[in-house]
Amino acid sequence: MDLLNALVALSNFVLVPAIAYGAQLALGALGVTLIYGILRFSNFAHGDTMAFGTMATILVTWWFQSMGIGFGPLPTALLALPFGILACVLLLIGTDRAVYRFYRAQKAKPVILVIVSIGVMFIMNGLVRFIIGPGDQRFADGERFIVTARDFQAMTGLDEGLALKTTQGITVVTAVIVVAALFWFLNRTRTGKSMRAYSDNEDLALLSGIDPERVVLITWLIVGALATVAGVLYGLDKSFKPFTYFQLLLPVFASAIVGGLGNPLGAIAGGFIIAFSEVTITYAWKKVLGYSLPESLEPSGLVQLLSTDYKFAVSFVILLIVLLFRPTGLFRGKSV
Amino acid sequence: MIVVEDVHKHFGGFHAVDGASLAIREGTITGLIGPNGAGKTTLFNVIAGVLKPTSGRVTMAGEDITGLPPHTLFHKGLLRTFQIAHEFASMTVRENLMMVPGGQSGERIWNTWLARRRIAEEERVLQDKAEEVLEFLTIDHLADERAGNLSGGQKKLLELGRTMMVDARIVFLDEVGAGVNRTLLNTIGDAIQKLNAERGYTFVVIEHDMDFIGRLCDPVICMAEGKVLAEGSLEEIKANEQVIEAYLGTGLKNREMVGA
Repeated sequence: MDLLNALVALSNFVLVPAIAYGAQLALGALGVTLIYGILRFSNFAHGDTMAFGTMATILVTWWFQSMGIGFGPLPTALLALPFGILACVLLLIGTDRAVYRFYRAQKAKPVILVIVSIGVMFIMNGLVRFIIGPGDQRFADGERFIVTARDFQAMTGLDEGLALKTTQGITVVTAVIVVAALFWFLNRTRTGKSMRAYSDNEDLALLSGIDPERVVLITWLIVGALATVAGVLYGLDKSFKPFTYFQLLLPVFASAIVGGLGNPLGAIAGGFIIAFSEVTITYAWKKVLGYSLPESLEPSGLVQLLSTDYKFAVSFVILLIVLLFRPTGLFRGKSV
Repeated sequence: MIVVEDVHKHFGGFHAVDGASLAIREGTITGLIGPNGAGKTTLFNVIAGVLKPTSGRVTMAGEDITGLPPHTLFHKGLLRTFQIAHEFASMTVRENLMMVPGGQSGERIWNTWLARRRIAEEERVLQDKAEEVLEFLTIDHLADERAGNLSGGQKKLLELGRTMMVDARIVFLDEVGAGVNRTLLNTIGDAIQKLNAERGYTFVVIEHDMDFIGRLCDPVICMAEGKVLAEGSLEEIKANEQVIEAYLGTGLKNREMVGA
């Protein structure tokens, strides 16, 4: 029995990756939940919005790299991020002007907007593949690790190593900053309050003289920023491939729904719930159990509940369970 | 103050308001009564700009306001409350009040950073006003409660409070007493009378509670089947034969006619 090594192995293979993945999902789910709360539809184009923002960031990153601009030990993509956000926001506002505004003026039902967003999804999807291609792109540079497994072993003298990737560190720090800024904005500023008012009761907001078009514009602005940040962090941590981002739609939606659609706090909680479930269920527990159980009980198999190929099934099952027993999500969301 | 001239509002073949004409005098608390389906709320919606009339004219102090959108009317001092109270459920009572009036400079995103001082100044003025309103309505102990947690009657008070955040001239209250207990209804009644006396608000009240109407309103206007039947004090209205007919039906009379 060696609980310390078990703990380190657990952190290395489960806790740290799940926290980073959870933060990425949370940022994605925040975008989905804001659109649902304020524009009142489920935006199926969100995964591809993340892809577009990330693509724009990658292109600028490559340009910076070719000019020899770097960010020291940090990835150059962080420098390119503002440009990616700008491109993504412009695309979203353009889409809103060209597509969603028309349906808003018609007072279209949410289900129609959902279908419309699926159309937008296909177009964005095609756009991204057309510009950067369908293949895998790696764009992370700078220092790869904050702490490598070997350094950790040397420092502590344990058998197990704990690696902390730079991208994981950046993910968590960025997510904390972005979420704090978002909540400050929504709860403390007049602009944020007018957004919440519009989300709470559209009729009353209109009667109070709040300009709906301005609220919508600001929502897209924030959603574009959130989607790009989430996409870039995910791309840095893993890699960028348009199809992967399309697939991210499921865990992102699952996070938003598990937490309660329309509730920002719920989106964050949902992101971590989905990430931890996915990672713990697809992780082979043999090593951790080997350290923590007496020798006689040591498992001979991998103790992996589900192959990683089935990781999307996990979010699907959680989604079903939550919808069956608590349809409004863990934190009470809203329904339109 | 408000003059409604021959307003019709048709929904397909259904004539919800069918040639209603009435005048609301400045400084009065006018009651609007009538059986269910008489077209009271529809007429409210037409006056408040929620619905466009099929035909007819609405004027406010001589100015034609027919079909103007609600937020324009809001800035002209014409406000309304809803039959089922509306509120910003996730915000506190104080924040609810401070959302009125909309269109503050803080609602532009760049101002959040560029015009901090102006926003702070505006917010301070709004906050002072909100405190005053809370005290007036005797709900200052609820200031930090989330509006969604309020009881039905407290929400009605909050709606009344919203109208006090701007200098309203005329306020339309749609069934302010529906589902509200006696004590709270008295508080609401007191507030209406006080606002009317001290601030000169004109009120138009749709209500089914005749005690409430009797206590507050003079004159009372009775509608039925989309038309205005009668206007006068509550006593006069009660004695009016057409009104009795509208409420009780013509069954009695018909039976007399066929001699049954």
